[in-house]
Amino acid sequence: MSAKPPAPEYAKALDMITRVRGVRGAMLVSADDGIVVAEQLMEGIKGAALAALAASLTTRLRRAMEAAGVGASLFWHLQAAQGALLVVPSANGILVVAVAEPDVNVGLVRLELLRGAEVAT
Amino acid sequence: MAEEIKALSSQLAQDPDSLVFLRLGEALRQKGQLDAAHRVALTGLERHPHLADAHDLYARILADKHDYERAFDEWDMTLRIAPTHVGALKGLAFLYFKVGDVEQAAAHLEAAQRVAPDDPGVAQALALARGGAQDVERAAAVAGGGGGTAHSAEPIAPDEPLPAAAQPLEEARVFAGLQGAQEGLLLLDVSGRVLGGALRDSGGQDVTDAVAAYLAGVSQEAARTVKLLGLGEWTGLAAEGKSGHVHLTPPSSDALLLVVRDRAVPMGRLAVIAQRAAAAAHRWLETHA
Repeated sequence: MSAKPPAPEYAKALDMITRVRGVRGAMLVSADDGIVVAEQLMEGIKGAALAALAASLTTRLRRAMEAAGVGASLFWHLQAAQGALLVVPSANGILVVAVAEPDVNVGLVRLELLRGAEVAT
Repeated sequence: MAEEIKALSSQLAQDPDSLVFLRLGEALRQKGQLDAAHRVALTGLERHPHLADAHDLYARILADKHDYERAFDEWDMTLRIAPTHVGALKGLAFLYFKVGDVEQAAAHLEAAQRVAPDDPGVAQALALARGGAQDVERAAAVAGGGGGTAHSAEPIAPDEPLPAAAQPLEEARVFAGLQGAQEGLLLLDVSGRVLGGALRDSGGQDVTDAVAAYLAGVSQEAARTVKLLGLGEWTGLAAEGKSGHVHLTPPSSDALLLVVRDRAVPMGRLAVIAQRAAAAAHRWLETHA
Protein backbone atom coordinates (compact mmCIF):
# COMPACT_ATOMS: atom_id res chain seq x y z
CA MET A 1 0.00 0.00 0.00
CA SER A 2 1.22 3.50 -0.77
CA ALA A 3 0.23 6.17 1.67
CA LYS A 4 0.50 9.71 2.76
CA PRO A 5 1.37 9.52 6.44
CA PRO A 6 -2.01 9.95 8.10
CA ALA A 7 -2.75 11.34 11.56
CA PRO A 8 -2.84 8.55 14.17
CA GLU A 9 -6.60 8.43 14.53
CA TYR A 10 -7.03 8.39 10.77
CA ALA A 11 -4.40 5.68 10.40
CA LYS A 12 -6.27 3.61 12.95
CA ALA A 13 -9.53 4.02 11.04
CA LEU A 14 -7.87 3.01 7.77
CA ASP A 15 -6.09 0.07 9.37
CA MET A 16 -9.37 -1.40 10.57
CA ILE A 17 -10.80 -1.29 7.08
CA THR A 18 -7.82 -2.53 5.12
CA ARG A 19 -7.45 -5.52 7.44
CA VAL A 20 -10.62 -6.99 5.95
CA ARG A 21 -9.74 -9.61 3.37
CA GLY A 22 -10.54 -8.43 -0.15
CA VAL A 23 -10.16 -4.74 0.61
CA ARG A 24 -7.66 -3.17 -1.81
CA GLY A 25 -7.47 0.14 -0.06
CA ALA A 26 -9.22 2.70 2.04
CA MET A 27 -9.25 6.45 2.25
CA LEU A 28 -10.76 9.37 4.04
CA VAL A 29 -12.11 12.09 1.81
CA SER A 30 -13.45 15.54 2.46
CA ALA A 31 -17.06 15.33 1.29
CA ASP A 32 -17.29 19.01 0.47
CA ASP A 33 -14.37 19.35 -1.90
CA GLY A 34 -13.38 15.78 -2.75
CA ILE A 35 -9.84 16.11 -1.41
CA VAL A 36 -7.95 13.19 0.11
CA VAL A 37 -7.58 13.48 3.89
CA ALA A 38 -5.75 10.19 4.39
CA GLU A 39 -5.27 7.07 2.34
CA GLN A 40 -3.97 3.53 2.36
CA LEU A 41 -4.34 2.37 -1.21
CA MET A 42 -2.72 -0.37 -3.22
CA GLU A 43 -0.39 0.72 -5.97
CA GLY A 44 -2.19 1.73 -9.12
CA ILE A 45 -5.25 3.27 -7.54
CA LYS A 46 -5.42 6.99 -8.30
CA GLY A 47 -6.37 8.35 -4.91
CA ALA A 48 -6.99 11.98 -5.85
CA ALA A 49 -9.24 11.13 -8.77
CA LEU A 50 -11.08 8.49 -6.80
CA ALA A 51 -11.64 10.94 -3.94
CA ALA A 52 -13.14 13.50 -6.29
CA LEU A 53 -15.46 10.97 -7.89
CA ALA A 54 -16.50 9.44 -4.57
CA ALA A 55 -17.39 12.88 -3.22
CA SER A 56 -19.27 13.81 -6.36
CA LEU A 57 -21.16 10.53 -6.41
CA THR A 58 -22.03 10.92 -2.73
CA THR A 59 -23.43 14.39 -3.32
CA ARG A 60 -25.50 13.33 -6.29
CA LEU A 61 -26.76 10.26 -4.51
CA ARG A 62 -27.70 12.31 -1.45
CA ARG A 63 -29.74 14.67 -3.61
CA ALA A 64 -31.54 11.78 -5.29
CA MET A 65 -32.24 10.04 -1.99
CA GLU A 66 -33.47 13.19 -0.31
CA ALA A 67 -35.72 13.86 -3.29
CA ALA A 68 -37.06 10.31 -2.99
CA GLY A 69 -37.83 10.94 0.67
CA VAL A 70 -35.50 8.32 2.16
CA GLY A 71 -33.05 10.79 3.66
CA ALA A 72 -29.34 11.17 3.20
CA SER A 73 -27.27 8.05 2.63
CA LEU A 74 -25.67 6.36 5.62
CA PHE A 75 -23.81 3.82 3.52
CA TRP A 76 -23.57 3.14 -0.16
CA HIS A 77 -22.09 0.33 -2.19
CA LEU A 78 -21.23 0.57 -5.89
CA GLN A 79 -20.98 -2.90 -7.38
CA ALA A 80 -19.07 -3.67 -10.55
CA ALA A 81 -18.01 -6.75 -12.43
CA GLN A 82 -14.50 -6.74 -11.01
CA GLY A 83 -14.81 -4.95 -7.72
CA ALA A 84 -16.71 -2.59 -5.52
CA LEU A 85 -16.57 0.80 -3.92
CA LEU A 86 -18.09 1.20 -0.47
CA VAL A 87 -18.61 4.51 1.29
CA VAL A 88 -19.86 5.74 4.66
CA PRO A 89 -20.37 9.48 4.99
CA SER A 90 -19.49 10.51 8.55
CA ALA A 91 -21.08 13.22 10.62
CA ASN A 92 -18.16 15.62 10.31
CA GLY A 93 -18.12 15.73 6.53
CA ILE A 94 -15.55 13.00 6.01
CA LEU A 95 -16.25 10.13 3.65
CA VAL A 96 -14.82 6.79 4.66
CA VAL A 97 -14.12 4.92 1.43
CA ALA A 98 -13.06 1.36 0.65
CA VAL A 99 -12.11 -0.21 -2.67
CA ALA A 100 -12.67 -3.94 -2.65
CA GLU A 101 -12.60 -7.15 -4.62
CA PRO A 102 -15.95 -8.33 -6.00
CA ASP A 103 -16.26 -11.19 -3.52
CA VAL A 104 -15.48 -9.17 -0.41
CA ASN A 105 -17.64 -9.61 2.68
CA VAL A 106 -19.73 -6.49 2.23
CA GLY A 107 -21.33 -6.73 5.64
CA LEU A 108 -17.96 -6.80 7.35
CA VAL A 109 -16.58 -3.91 5.31
CA ARG A 110 -19.69 -1.90 6.11
CA LEU A 111 -19.19 -2.47 9.82
CA GLU A 112 -15.55 -1.44 9.64
CA LEU A 113 -16.42 1.64 7.60
CA LEU A 114 -18.98 2.65 10.22
CA ARG A 115 -16.42 2.09 12.98
CA GLY A 116 -13.85 3.97 10.94
CA ALA A 117 -16.27 6.87 10.62
CA GLU A 118 -16.61 6.98 14.41
CA VAL A 119 -12.87 6.92 14.90
CA ALA A 120 -12.29 9.59 12.28
CA THR A 121 -14.94 11.89 13.71
CA MET B 1 -33.19 -43.88 7.52
CA ALA B 2 -35.25 -43.73 10.72
CA GLU B 3 -32.28 -44.90 12.75
CA GLU B 4 -30.07 -42.35 11.09
CA ILE B 5 -32.53 -39.57 11.86
CA LYS B 6 -32.73 -40.70 15.45
CA ALA B 7 -28.95 -40.73 15.78
CA LEU B 8 -28.56 -37.34 14.15
CA SER B 9 -31.29 -35.86 16.34
CA SER B 10 -29.47 -37.14 19.36
CA GLN B 11 -26.19 -35.64 18.20
CA LEU B 12 -27.85 -32.31 17.58
CA ALA B 13 -29.48 -32.33 20.97
CA GLN B 14 -26.09 -32.89 22.57
CA ASP B 15 -24.43 -30.13 20.57
CA PRO B 16 -26.97 -27.66 19.19
CA ASP B 17 -24.21 -25.54 17.63
CA SER B 18 -22.85 -28.40 15.53
CA LEU B 19 -23.34 -28.64 11.80
CA VAL B 20 -25.09 -31.97 12.11
CA PHE B 21 -28.34 -30.11 11.48
CA LEU B 22 -27.37 -30.12 7.80
CA ARG B 23 -27.42 -33.92 7.66
CA LEU B 24 -30.49 -34.17 9.83
CA GLY B 25 -32.43 -31.63 7.80
CA GLU B 26 -31.47 -33.37 4.57
CA ALA B 27 -32.41 -36.78 5.96
CA LEU B 28 -35.79 -35.49 7.06
CA ARG B 29 -36.32 -33.83 3.70
CA GLN B 30 -35.50 -37.01 1.83
CA LYS B 31 -37.91 -38.89 4.05
CA GLY B 32 -40.61 -36.40 3.19
CA GLN B 33 -40.89 -34.99 6.70
CA LEU B 34 -40.80 -31.48 5.36
CA ASP B 35 -42.20 -29.65 8.37
CA ALA B 36 -39.63 -31.24 10.65
CA ALA B 37 -36.88 -30.57 8.11
CA HIS B 38 -38.07 -26.98 7.88
CA ARG B 39 -37.78 -26.52 11.65
CA VAL B 40 -34.32 -28.05 11.76
CA ALA B 41 -33.07 -25.92 8.89
CA LEU B 42 -34.48 -22.72 10.34
CA THR B 43 -32.96 -23.41 13.75
CA GLY B 44 -29.64 -24.15 12.09
CA LEU B 45 -29.84 -20.95 10.08
CA GLU B 46 -30.44 -18.94 13.22
CA ARG B 47 -27.19 -20.31 14.63
CA HIS B 48 -25.25 -20.23 11.36
CA PRO B 49 -26.71 -17.38 9.30
CA HIS B 50 -23.60 -17.06 7.11
CA LEU B 51 -23.31 -20.73 6.23
CA ALA B 52 -24.01 -21.25 2.54
CA ASP B 53 -24.95 -24.91 2.98
CA ALA B 54 -27.58 -23.94 5.54
CA HIS B 55 -29.26 -21.61 3.07
CA ASP B 56 -28.99 -24.30 0.39
CA LEU B 57 -30.64 -26.85 2.66
CA TYR B 58 -33.43 -24.44 3.52
CA ALA B 59 -33.94 -23.65 -0.17
CA ARG B 60 -34.26 -27.35 -1.02
CA ILE B 61 -36.88 -27.80 1.66
CA LEU B 62 -38.78 -24.75 0.45
CA ALA B 63 -38.61 -26.06 -3.12
CA ASP B 64 -40.01 -29.38 -1.95
CA LYS B 65 -42.83 -27.44 -0.33
CA HIS B 66 -43.38 -25.65 -3.64
CA ASP B 67 -42.53 -22.32 -2.02
CA TYR B 68 -40.48 -21.38 -5.04
CA GLU B 69 -40.26 -17.66 -4.38
CA ARG B 70 -38.58 -18.12 -1.02
CA ALA B 71 -36.48 -20.97 -2.37
CA PHE B 72 -35.21 -18.57 -5.01
CA ASP B 73 -34.30 -16.06 -2.31
CA GLU B 74 -32.44 -18.67 -0.29
CA TRP B 75 -30.45 -19.98 -3.24
CA ASP B 76 -29.71 -16.44 -4.23
CA MET B 77 -28.44 -15.82 -0.72
CA THR B 78 -26.36 -18.99 -0.93
CA LEU B 79 -24.62 -17.66 -4.01
CA ARG B 80 -23.97 -14.33 -2.34
CA ILE B 81 -22.13 -16.19 0.39
CA ALA B 82 -20.52 -18.81 -1.85
CA PRO B 83 -20.65 -17.69 -5.50
CA THR B 84 -19.67 -21.13 -6.85
CA HIS B 85 -22.02 -23.21 -4.71
CA VAL B 86 -23.08 -26.02 -7.05
CA GLY B 87 -26.23 -26.85 -5.13
CA ALA B 88 -27.49 -23.30 -5.38
CA LEU B 89 -26.59 -23.04 -9.06
CA LYS B 90 -28.49 -26.24 -9.76
CA GLY B 91 -31.35 -25.13 -7.58
CA LEU B 92 -31.73 -21.84 -9.41
CA ALA B 93 -31.49 -23.67 -12.73
CA PHE B 94 -34.30 -25.90 -11.50
CA LEU B 95 -36.45 -22.86 -10.69
CA TYR B 96 -35.68 -21.18 -13.99
CA PHE B 97 -36.67 -24.34 -15.84
CA LYS B 98 -39.88 -24.38 -13.84
CA VAL B 99 -40.85 -20.96 -15.14
CA GLY B 100 -39.68 -21.77 -18.65
CA ASP B 101 -36.65 -19.50 -18.68
CA VAL B 102 -34.35 -22.00 -20.37
CA GLU B 103 -31.68 -19.40 -21.11
CA GLN B 104 -31.21 -18.51 -17.45
CA ALA B 105 -31.38 -22.16 -16.47
CA ALA B 106 -28.63 -22.99 -18.95
CA ALA B 107 -26.49 -20.12 -17.70
CA HIS B 108 -26.69 -21.42 -14.14
CA LEU B 109 -26.00 -24.97 -15.25
CA GLU B 110 -22.97 -23.85 -17.20
CA ALA B 111 -21.68 -22.13 -14.09
CA ALA B 112 -22.32 -25.30 -12.12
CA GLN B 113 -20.50 -27.38 -14.72
CA ARG B 114 -17.45 -25.16 -14.49
CA VAL B 115 -17.30 -25.94 -10.79
CA ALA B 116 -18.34 -29.59 -10.99
CA PRO B 117 -17.49 -30.84 -14.48
CA ASP B 118 -18.10 -34.48 -13.53
CA ASP B 119 -21.63 -34.01 -12.21
CA PRO B 120 -23.77 -36.16 -14.53
CA GLY B 121 -27.00 -34.40 -13.52
CA VAL B 122 -25.63 -31.05 -14.55
CA ALA B 123 -24.38 -32.38 -17.86
CA GLN B 124 -27.69 -34.05 -18.64
CA ALA B 125 -29.77 -31.00 -17.75
CA LEU B 126 -27.43 -28.80 -19.71
CA ALA B 127 -27.79 -31.02 -22.75
CA LEU B 128 -31.55 -30.67 -22.47
CA ALA B 129 -31.25 -26.93 -22.15
CA ARG B 130 -28.93 -26.61 -25.12
CA GLY B 131 -31.29 -28.76 -27.13
CA GLY B 132 -33.99 -26.18 -26.64
CA ALA B 133 -35.53 -28.02 -23.70
CA GLN B 134 -38.83 -28.80 -25.34
CA ASP B 135 -39.60 -30.80 -22.25
CA VAL B 136 -38.86 -28.23 -19.60
CA GLU B 137 -40.44 -30.35 -16.90
CA ARG B 138 -37.99 -33.11 -17.55
CA ALA B 139 -35.13 -30.63 -17.69
CA ALA B 140 -36.25 -29.16 -14.36
CA ALA B 141 -36.35 -32.60 -12.83
CA VAL B 142 -32.88 -33.40 -14.09
CA ALA B 143 -31.46 -30.06 -12.99
CA GLY B 144 -32.87 -30.54 -9.55
CA GLY B 145 -32.22 -34.20 -9.18
CA GLY B 146 -28.50 -34.77 -9.34
CA GLY B 147 -25.85 -35.50 -6.78
CA GLY B 148 -25.81 -34.70 -3.13
CA THR B 149 -27.65 -31.48 -3.59
CA ALA B 150 -30.75 -33.12 -4.89
CA HIS B 151 -34.13 -31.76 -4.15
CA SER B 152 -37.30 -33.47 -5.11
CA ALA B 153 -38.06 -32.24 -8.55
CA GLU B 154 -41.04 -34.18 -9.63
CA PRO B 155 -42.08 -33.20 -13.11
CA ILE B 156 -45.14 -31.07 -13.41
CA ALA B 157 -47.86 -32.79 -15.35
CA PRO B 158 -48.34 -31.19 -18.74
CA ASP B 159 -51.82 -29.93 -17.97
CA GLU B 160 -51.01 -28.79 -14.49
CA PRO B 161 -50.59 -25.02 -14.27
CA LEU B 162 -47.43 -23.78 -12.66
CA PRO B 163 -47.87 -23.01 -8.98
CA ALA B 164 -48.51 -19.34 -8.37
CA ALA B 165 -45.14 -18.94 -6.72
CA ALA B 166 -43.44 -20.28 -9.83
CA GLN B 167 -45.04 -17.80 -12.18
CA PRO B 168 -42.74 -15.08 -13.48
CA LEU B 169 -43.06 -12.84 -10.46
CA GLU B 170 -41.29 -9.96 -12.01
CA GLU B 171 -43.98 -9.04 -14.46
CA ALA B 172 -46.85 -10.11 -12.25
CA ARG B 173 -45.88 -8.31 -9.08
CA VAL B 174 -42.44 -6.82 -8.70
CA PHE B 175 -42.50 -4.94 -11.95
CA ALA B 176 -46.11 -3.92 -11.84
CA GLY B 177 -44.94 -0.46 -10.83
CA LEU B 178 -43.89 0.26 -14.35
CA GLN B 179 -47.46 -0.08 -15.46
CA GLY B 180 -48.56 2.66 -13.12
CA ALA B 181 -48.79 1.08 -9.69
CA GLN B 182 -46.97 3.05 -7.04
CA GLU B 183 -44.56 0.36 -5.98
CA GLY B 184 -41.35 2.29 -5.53
CA LEU B 185 -40.05 1.44 -8.98
CA LEU B 186 -38.77 3.93 -11.47
CA LEU B 187 -37.33 3.17 -14.91
CA LEU B 188 -35.58 5.95 -16.78
CA ASP B 189 -33.18 6.49 -19.60
CA VAL B 190 -29.63 7.68 -19.05
CA SER B 191 -30.68 11.27 -19.65
CA GLY B 192 -33.09 11.16 -16.72
CA ARG B 193 -36.28 10.83 -18.74
CA VAL B 194 -38.91 8.60 -17.16
CA LEU B 195 -39.76 5.43 -19.05
CA GLY B 196 -42.04 3.88 -16.46
CA GLY B 197 -43.04 3.76 -12.83
CA ALA B 198 -43.42 6.58 -10.37
CA LEU B 199 -42.28 7.62 -6.93
CA ARG B 200 -44.00 9.40 -4.10
CA ASP B 201 -42.38 10.58 -0.90
CA SER B 202 -43.73 9.76 2.54
CA GLY B 203 -46.09 12.74 2.31
CA GLY B 204 -47.63 11.38 -0.87
CA GLN B 205 -46.10 14.02 -3.10
CA ASP B 206 -45.04 12.94 -6.57
CA VAL B 207 -41.24 13.18 -6.70
CA THR B 208 -40.73 11.19 -9.89
CA ASP B 209 -39.22 13.89 -12.06
CA ALA B 210 -36.88 15.27 -9.41
CA VAL B 211 -35.51 11.85 -8.52
CA ALA B 212 -35.12 10.93 -12.19
CA ALA B 213 -33.14 14.09 -12.87
CA TYR B 214 -30.74 13.46 -10.01
CA LEU B 215 -30.33 9.79 -10.89
CA ALA B 216 -29.01 10.54 -14.34
CA GLY B 217 -26.06 12.26 -12.68
CA VAL B 218 -25.58 9.38 -10.29
CA SER B 219 -25.39 6.93 -13.17
CA GLN B 220 -22.80 9.00 -15.01
CA GLU B 221 -20.61 9.33 -11.93
CA ALA B 222 -20.93 5.63 -11.17
CA ALA B 223 -19.73 4.80 -14.68
CA ARG B 224 -16.80 7.22 -14.41
CA THR B 225 -15.81 5.83 -11.03
CA VAL B 226 -15.69 2.18 -12.03
CA LYS B 227 -13.83 3.13 -15.21
CA LEU B 228 -11.21 4.95 -13.16
CA LEU B 229 -10.79 1.95 -10.90
CA GLY B 230 -10.75 -0.52 -13.81
CA LEU B 231 -13.61 -2.49 -12.31
CA GLY B 232 -15.49 -3.23 -15.53
CA GLU B 233 -19.16 -2.38 -15.94
CA TRP B 234 -21.05 -1.24 -12.88
CA THR B 235 -23.88 -3.58 -12.01
CA GLY B 236 -25.63 -1.91 -9.13
CA LEU B 237 -25.59 0.81 -6.53
CA ALA B 238 -27.19 0.13 -3.18
CA ALA B 239 -27.61 2.78 -0.52
CA GLU B 240 -29.01 2.90 2.97
CA GLY B 241 -30.92 6.05 3.89
CA LYS B 242 -32.21 7.30 7.20
CA SER B 243 -35.77 6.35 6.32
CA GLY B 244 -35.37 3.90 3.49
CA HIS B 245 -33.12 2.02 1.14
CA VAL B 246 -32.57 2.43 -2.59
CA HIS B 247 -31.06 0.19 -5.24
CA LEU B 248 -30.07 1.45 -8.67
CA THR B 249 -29.45 -1.03 -11.48
CA PRO B 250 -28.72 -0.60 -15.18
CA PRO B 251 -31.03 -3.17 -16.85
CA SER B 252 -29.51 -2.18 -20.19
CA SER B 253 -26.78 0.12 -21.39
CA ASP B 254 -29.21 2.98 -21.88
CA ALA B 255 -31.60 2.60 -18.97
CA LEU B 256 -31.65 2.77 -15.19
CA LEU B 257 -33.96 1.13 -12.71
CA LEU B 258 -34.47 2.47 -9.21
CA VAL B 259 -36.10 0.40 -6.49
CA VAL B 260 -37.03 2.14 -3.24
CA ARG B 261 -38.11 0.37 -0.08
CA ASP B 262 -38.44 1.40 3.54
CA ARG B 263 -35.82 0.46 6.11
CA ALA B 264 -37.75 -2.62 7.17
CA VAL B 265 -36.58 -4.33 3.99
CA PRO B 266 -33.01 -5.57 4.50
CA MET B 267 -30.44 -4.53 1.93
CA GLY B 268 -29.87 -8.12 0.82
CA ARG B 269 -33.54 -8.62 0.20
CA LEU B 270 -33.70 -5.35 -1.67
CA ALA B 271 -30.86 -6.53 -3.89
CA VAL B 272 -32.84 -9.65 -4.76
CA ILE B 273 -35.92 -7.58 -5.56
CA ALA B 274 -33.82 -5.21 -7.65
CA GLN B 275 -32.24 -8.05 -9.61
CA ARG B 276 -35.61 -9.51 -10.46
CA ALA B 277 -37.02 -6.14 -11.35
CA ALA B 278 -34.01 -5.42 -13.55
CA ALA B 279 -34.46 -8.68 -15.42
CA ALA B 280 -38.11 -7.86 -15.93
CA ALA B 281 -37.22 -4.32 -16.96
CA HIS B 282 -34.85 -5.69 -19.56
CA ARG B 283 -37.62 -7.79 -21.04
CA TRP B 284 -40.06 -4.90 -20.76
CA LEU B 285 -37.66 -2.62 -22.63
CA GLU B 286 -37.24 -5.17 -25.39
CA THR B 287 -40.99 -5.56 -25.69
CA HIS B 288 -41.69 -1.84 -25.70
CA ALA B 289 -38.70 -0.74 -27.79
